[in-house]
Amino acid sequence: MRSAVTHSYSVGWRSLDILQLVLGMLAVAAMTISMWAALYYAPPASNLAGDEQLAQRIFYIHMGCNIGALAGFLMSVIGSIVYLVKRDLDWDRVSQAAIEVGLICGMGTILTGMFWAKPTWNTYWTWDPRLTTSAITVLVYLAYLLFRNGIDNRHTRARFASIYALVAFLSVPLTFYSARLFRSIHPVIYGAENVDAQGGFSVGPTMTQALQINLLGFCILFSALLVLRWRQLRNEDAVAELREEIA
Amino acid sequence: MSKKALSVEPQPTPPVHIDLAAHPITMRLDGGLLAYLSKVAAVFAKDVRAELRGREIFTTMTAFGVLAVLIFGMAFDLRVPRSEMIAPGVLWGVVLFAGVLGLNRSFGAEVDRGTLPSLLLAPVDRSAIYFGKLFANLFFTLATAVVILVVMFFIFDLNLFQPYNLLAVLLGVTGYVGVGTLFAALTANNRARESMLPILLLPVMVPVFVAGVALTAGVLDGKAWEELNQWFGILAAFDAIFIVVAFLLFDLIWEDA
Repeated sequence: MRSAVTHSYSVGWRSLDILQLVLGMLAVAAMTISMWAALYYAPPASNLAGDEQLAQRIFYIHMGCNIGALAGFLMSVIGSIVYLVKRDLDWDRVSQAAIEVGLICGMGTILTGMFWAKPTWNTYWTWDPRLTTSAITVLVYLAYLLFRNGIDNRHTRARFASIYALVAFLSVPLTFYSARLFRSIHPVIYGAENVDAQGGFSVGPTMTQALQINLLGFCILFSALLVLRWRQLRNEDAVAELREEIA
Repeated sequence: MSKKALSVEPQPTPPVHIDLAAHPITMRLDGGLLAYLSKVAAVFAKDVRAELRGREIFTTMTAFGVLAVLIFGMAFDLRVPRSEMIAPGVLWGVVLFAGVLGLNRSFGAEVDRGTLPSLLLAPVDRSAIYFGKLFANLFFTLATAVVILVVMFFIFDLNLFQPYNLLAVLLGVTGYVGVGTLFAALTANNRARESMLPILLLPVMVPVFVAGVALTAGVLDGKAWEELNQWFGILAAFDAIFIVVAFLLFDLIWEDA
């Protein structure tokens, strides 16, 4: 028994250390370059002035956080499905780590969006489908973490959390679709400024470069945080198992 | 002693193991669709009978629903000129919140009384338990919704007993208990059962809530089928997707029980 436990956790220790170190250094470099690209390299928007001109630089960080949230929630679905098929707790840890990092990115998306919306739309919040969906999604995954807390058995927790993660993920597109239909029937008046809806459509070439740098930078940051958190969770479980053995 | 016990134990297990592999499947799925439906009906009848004797689901939900309608009526009375403005939100909000109470009892009562293991021992497919519970919850929640509609008729002076609105309530509540029954089973043994179910369930229910509010508002505004059918489409899609998903996942919940 004992050797089985230590064995399962010692495999790949060294290579994971190196991976984590490399990813961490890459993330620091990537975030430095991303901030430089967002704040200096990207040109000022041609049609804006004053507060709006300053605030439009949030766009790059806003989209970066958004890609992190998306990656986290997609990763959690993969982790949940693979866990339910293979019953390997490592994949449940992938799910949990991805959702935790995704939640931070999701909250970052909402916060940066609100700070950007105040000077641009003159309100922190509207019931735009994107805003509605992002808020509900963050609530869904907060519930996921609370739900895990209430289950003691490690395998039951992993199984129940995977089931919930799958059902919750499926509800997100329906939430977006219904929120969009709701708004089109009850129009909400908000500024015509809707850069993130149009993607590269209204964004110049240097802006596109800055955006791509930021998206890549946040993807690297996401990976570094994911690996770090995943290893933490692994260590936690390893310590818990050792404790049980001693007891 | 221990060596003897060890050598005796494995002998009965292999034949039992083979039996387990062969028998439950024939017992569980024997007799085709009609037999399956009769098993679903048996679980449903058990829940209804328990409710008739214990009176803890429907009565709690209805008492809460009536109370909530009265509270909303008082809260909005002075500020809202016409009750049509808030009625859709009140109806769906109250149905969702009242429904949680019943769903909590659906498996919570089985855990509290210690009857869950015997329910799981029943020689039926686990999905039959799911559908039996689903129909029981649907029955209780729809009955509660009817009472809420009656109370709203008097308090808000609004007749919401219109065909499209009733269809919206039927489809919305179906999707609601479809997911709710699965989540109630997931939270039945959770340390924070009573507070966990609404936190899990309500964010997933946003499409149902939004579509329900839009439909009730549309009916009150006298809209035609052409303006409402997209919302019915959302509700129908929600019901179909999530009942199928719950049917597929329900088997996994008690696989170690």
